[in-house]
Amino acid sequence: MLIKILGTGCSRCKKLEQQVKVIVENNNIPAEIEKITDIQDMMRYGILATPGLVINEKLKSSGLTLKDEQILNWIKEEL
Amino acid sequence: MEEKNYKAYYYLIIFPVLFGVYFHLDGNINVLVYDLLSLDPNSLFTSAIHFFIYEVIKVLILLSVIVFTVGIIRSYFSPEKTRKALEGKPLFAGNIMASLLGIVTPFCSCSAIPLFLGFVEARIPLGVTFSFLIAAPMINEVAVILLFGLFGWKTAVIYILTGLLIAIAAGWIIGRLKLERFVEPWVYEIKSAGNNAGEEKINFASRIDYGVMAVKDIVSKVWLYVVIGIAVGAGVHGYVPENFMAGIMGKDVWWSVPLSVLIGIPLYSNAAGIIPVVQSLIEKGASLGTSLAFMMSVIGLSLPEMIILKKVLKLPLICVFIGVVGTGIVTVGYLFNIIY
Repeated sequence: MLIKILGTGCSRCKKLEQQVKVIVENNNIPAEIEKITDIQDMMRYGILATPGLVINEKLKSSGLTLKDEQILNWIKEEL
Repeated sequence: MEEKNYKAYYYLIIFPVLFGVYFHLDGNINVLVYDLLSLDPNSLFTSAIHFFIYEVIKVLILLSVIVFTVGIIRSYFSPEKTRKALEGKPLFAGNIMASLLGIVTPFCSCSAIPLFLGFVEARIPLGVTFSFLIAAPMINEVAVILLFGLFGWKTAVIYILTGLLIAIAAGWIIGRLKLERFVEPWVYEIKSAGNNAGEEKINFASRIDYGVMAVKDIVSKVWLYVVIGIAVGAGVHGYVPENFMAGIMGKDVWWSVPLSVLIGIPLYSNAAGIIPVVQSLIEKGASLGTSLAFMMSVIGLSLPEMIILKKVLKLPLICVFIGVVGTGIVTVGYLFNIIY
């Protein structure tokens, strides 16, 4: 599984990256986490706000602060 | 998918308690300052301490309640919906809509670039996009709450209306100037896959969660600015002589409006900190127009945002942007100095 965090370095982007890392570790999910900071790469997913969360190339959320359960649900959908 | 989440409703119980504290605040703080701490009611120090405790508690309560409410309202809006609403809108009408949507759409200036690119891709006119980018950061809930709490509802309404007017007019002017050639060319080559994050149906309990998260997000970010701002304000309130500011920021000092705007540009993100300071400056003789111009410049024209926008806009367009918005703010400043 490939999880991408789209963000240019705003505080919420760093928070989301940290949050996803912890979730993946705590649930033993075999996932690779990649941070996308290049704006043109980011725009391929059509986001209008950062941070963006992409799981297996599907955009799940953009611009929101998310709850752990929500992120875990999305990850399970893609497992 | 969505589980029942009754826990969220418990948060609503907090409000009557907060309102109770809010409406009895003056009496309680009098008891605290004069009886419990037995400070001398006539000293400057007591006056400053009383001001500080009162304002900090008042503003933090107001901030939490309103950020929570605005968080729920914002959960009905998103940049995607706003973009859809603005697609195909002509200049003037589009400017009005973009400015109004700028107030309610969740926006952080760190997202200015993806938003700009997304709007360009949807062929939304440059001037309409600018109306949004001016209104969204300038008319934010933190600024409005502080103005309401410290100056009263009239000033808050004046701030919102003049802010809207500036966003509409500046966006319209930028649109009429046809400055598309000053947008970096790569911007027009962006092709996105389209936003495929489906709009999820969410229930009211989840909207309450949005509100709670907004409070955590925003209050944790601005509380320190509020405390520092009010501490400086309290110092001014207690120690600066009456009418001290009249000679510097008074309405008869013609150069004070443009100077305030210039000084305001590099000062950034201190909406929460700057408003309490400005309140005490007004108390010492600064005029409302000059103070309003100063606040708008601090909040609406920020250097870091210009640096972010530099990635997609060429310098002449950024200068026009600062020039047009700055002129609007100066006009508002003079207008209020004449009226009041």
